[in-house]
Amino acid sequence: MYETTYHRPSSVDEAAALFAKGSQSKYLAGGHTLIPVMNQRLASPSDVIDLGRIKDLIGIEASTDALTIKAATTHYDVAASGPVQKAIPALAHLASLIGDPAVRHRGTIGGSIANNDPAADYPAAVLALGATVKTNKRSISADDFFKGLFATALADGEIITQVSFAVPAKAGYSKFPHPASRFALTGVFVVKTKAGDVRVAATGASQNGVMRVPAIEAALKANWSAGALDSVKISAGGLMSDLHGSSDYRANLIKVMAQRAVVEAG
Amino acid sequence: MIYDWAIGDEAAVKDAFSKAANVVSLELTNNRLVPNAMEPRAAIAEYNEAEEHFTLYTTSQNPHVARLVLSAFYNIAQEHKLRVVAPDVGGGFGSKIYIYPEEMVALWASKKVRRPVKWTGDRSEAFLTDAHGRDHISKAEMAFDKDNKILGLRVKTHANLGAYMSLFSSAVPTYLYATLLSGQYNIPAIYAEVITVYTNTAPVDAYRGAGRPEASFLLERLIETAARQLKVDPAELRRKNFITQFPHQTPVIMAYDIGDFGASLDAALNAIDYAGFPARKEKAKKEGKLRGIGFSCYIEACGIAPSKAVGSLGAGVGLWESAEVRVNPAGTIEILTGSHSHGQGHETTFAQLVAERLGVPISQVQIVHGDTDKVQFGMGTYGSRSIAVGGTAIIKAMEKVEAKAKKIASHLLEASEGDIVIENGEFKVAGTDKSIALPMVALAAYTAHNLPDGMEPGLKETAFYDPTNFTFPAGAYICELEVDSGTGKTSFVNFVAADDFGRLINPMIVEGQVHGGLAQGIGQALLEGAVYDSSGQLVTASFMDYTMPRADDLPSFKLSHTLTLCPGNPLGVKGCGEAGAIGASAAVINAITDAIGNNKLEMPATPDRVWHAIHGNA
Repeated sequence: MYETTYHRPSSVDEAAALFAKGSQSKYLAGGHTLIPVMNQRLASPSDVIDLGRIKDLIGIEASTDALTIKAATTHYDVAASGPVQKAIPALAHLASLIGDPAVRHRGTIGGSIANNDPAADYPAAVLALGATVKTNKRSISADDFFKGLFATALADGEIITQVSFAVPAKAGYSKFPHPASRFALTGVFVVKTKAGDVRVAATGASQNGVMRVPAIEAALKANWSAGALDSVKISAGGLMSDLHGSSDYRANLIKVMAQRAVVEAG
Repeated sequence: MIYDWAIGDEAAVKDAFSKAANVVSLELTNNRLVPNAMEPRAAIAEYNEAEEHFTLYTTSQNPHVARLVLSAFYNIAQEHKLRVVAPDVGGGFGSKIYIYPEEMVALWASKKVRRPVKWTGDRSEAFLTDAHGRDHISKAEMAFDKDNKILGLRVKTHANLGAYMSLFSSAVPTYLYATLLSGQYNIPAIYAEVITVYTNTAPVDAYRGAGRPEASFLLERLIETAARQLKVDPAELRRKNFITQFPHQTPVIMAYDIGDFGASLDAALNAIDYAGFPARKEKAKKEGKLRGIGFSCYIEACGIAPSKAVGSLGAGVGLWESAEVRVNPAGTIEILTGSHSHGQGHETTFAQLVAERLGVPISQVQIVHGDTDKVQFGMGTYGSRSIAVGGTAIIKAMEKVEAKAKKIASHLLEASEGDIVIENGEFKVAGTDKSIALPMVALAAYTAHNLPDGMEPGLKETAFYDPTNFTFPAGAYICELEVDSGTGKTSFVNFVAADDFGRLINPMIVEGQVHGGLAQGIGQALLEGAVYDSSGQLVTASFMDYTMPRADDLPSFKLSHTLTLCPGNPLGVKGCGEAGAIGASAAVINAITDAIGNNKLEMPATPDRVWHAIHGNA
């Protein structure tokens, strides 16, 4: 690892100021991507600014219609949260499937979606639930937030402060884990909103990162059941293909995981 | 290509096939594996200028062989000026038999910079540079008569040795592989051709099983395929062809000394309730699951020996083992063994052997290994040889110590030597209440105040044991599993292993060895596979891409043991370290292919591959 300067700000404003001051600053959340990359000497930030100790960034708030998770809340805290389990059980379930206990105790929702790994779990939930990503500068809708592989709408130095979800009528997440890394080889999050709209997002599948799946959305809108997807065809075009999953296999997984997510959602 | 090697009688096999009522053939790949011991390789080298002496602390399975190679082949230092210490090594599986360049460079550098030099390999380096295992492509054909008796076997294997010839590279796909192709079966004629090739990949060498898993996988996949093609029960087809008379000379060198293959198969069939399988399969089908059952009846050759035989095959070393038994003046016992423990638990098993023999508490016995300055030359541990060869060496040395101690005891007790028996740590005169405790005998040996005339003082003996034959552990594994047709994911229902390892010294350690072996065999079948891309880059170079088996990938194993005592050594032991890795993979693939009704499936049977085997290419 190259030498770097570690900062532990206590507020979002202080973090943003530190970021601006450094020549090549990086924010640190759970560190599960940044630290290994630094360890492999693939990244050499001048300044590492730790967002994980900022009290304003940690916590969960729930009402009847909305759920807000602050950005530095760990996966463990989301998975174990009574309010999350009550408002959107599928989201708590998703958090419980991320990595392993050590990862879940350090990794954060803000870190996950800011990194936008194409096989991460959270982007599927954020996109399918049509969440709003709030930063220190603005609010961004999920549809506008994810911009492809490891790319987001975040400007340089912009900090995610919280993610807000409208409580849906139904939601389910089904994940087929990558055998080695246990990231999502393909994971599908299905949502039926209280207004009756259907949104479905798949992670781990597309070469462009998390994506909506219109064919499945249309079929489920017409008939919210696993069986409604039997005749749906998912194209393998644009899907990832690697050692553990060819594109046609991933296309199959999108459908099968969607069916299982619908069953879970009830 | 490096060379084209063959074993067996080609003409006899041709003749057998010409008379065959049925011929079954199969093409298969034995996937390349990365050993991935828990502790990566490491070394600390130190040069003592005043004594012109090197010390190398390193992760070796055979410190004396390492010293010999470093000295005689690489001229680092003469043997008496080089100490190799490998005290407590975190796993080897074969990958720490060899001498690698890094350890050698550390030695060279320590002299150059005149201070200790430490090198620790990281996981990425282990993936890239530790000798890999397996990597065969084979075609196998088996001829049957009209009664489904095997007439002949023909095998052609391409073995990838990687970019360089490594220590056992050449032996693994030839003498450790093709000689086991008779398996548990009476096969009158066998011909195997092995073509070895160099590729721009890491060298391939011995890895848990070394040649024997490849042979067992090929044969057990082939016979299962035959059962399906001939439409007979796979257990019965095996039983019909089992070797039942011992000793048995196979057409490929091996002379099996003893075994009871039917007993292992029966034990496994009972353990898995084979009779109830059709009903279970039917029930699973109703629940939308594909259920399958797969067999594997393996045999292996352990305790590779005798030295004369391996010498005639071109080996550069002998494959005996040494032991020294030191009874200290106050009666405690040190056993210096040439075997090496890197997770096998020799400290327990060997101490138990000695403690039970003398009737002393195990705490009185210390096992010393892994240091060339302490221990006499020994060959180390690999090939499931420690108990059969190293354990026997200990027994041989113990016999010498006991004989001398009995002489001393009879002298002190004024009794006839023939009347002395050893019980509960005492030397007793049989049929009397006269006895003397071991510490008193030991003390007498070292004070030498009152020894029989002409006897040398001291109580310490050495033995070098060279076996007369291999040992032949064998067993039957049956795997029952379900496949999710939607995802191709395999879930275990049951996995039973009935092994015959001869006498078990410590059943718990044996169980641990079997569990570990099964995990590696299942890992090979379902999860593991080293893959290079077309530019020679190792794609699976970390645990993010190379799937090591984890607890939740594995079933709870149901183990049992059948027993035939090995006639070749006084302990009746056969060895147990590799069995699981040798037998498991065929059972798993046989079960999956049974479940999905498609026999064409390569290892590792990833969900992607299984799904394609079910649904074809979409």
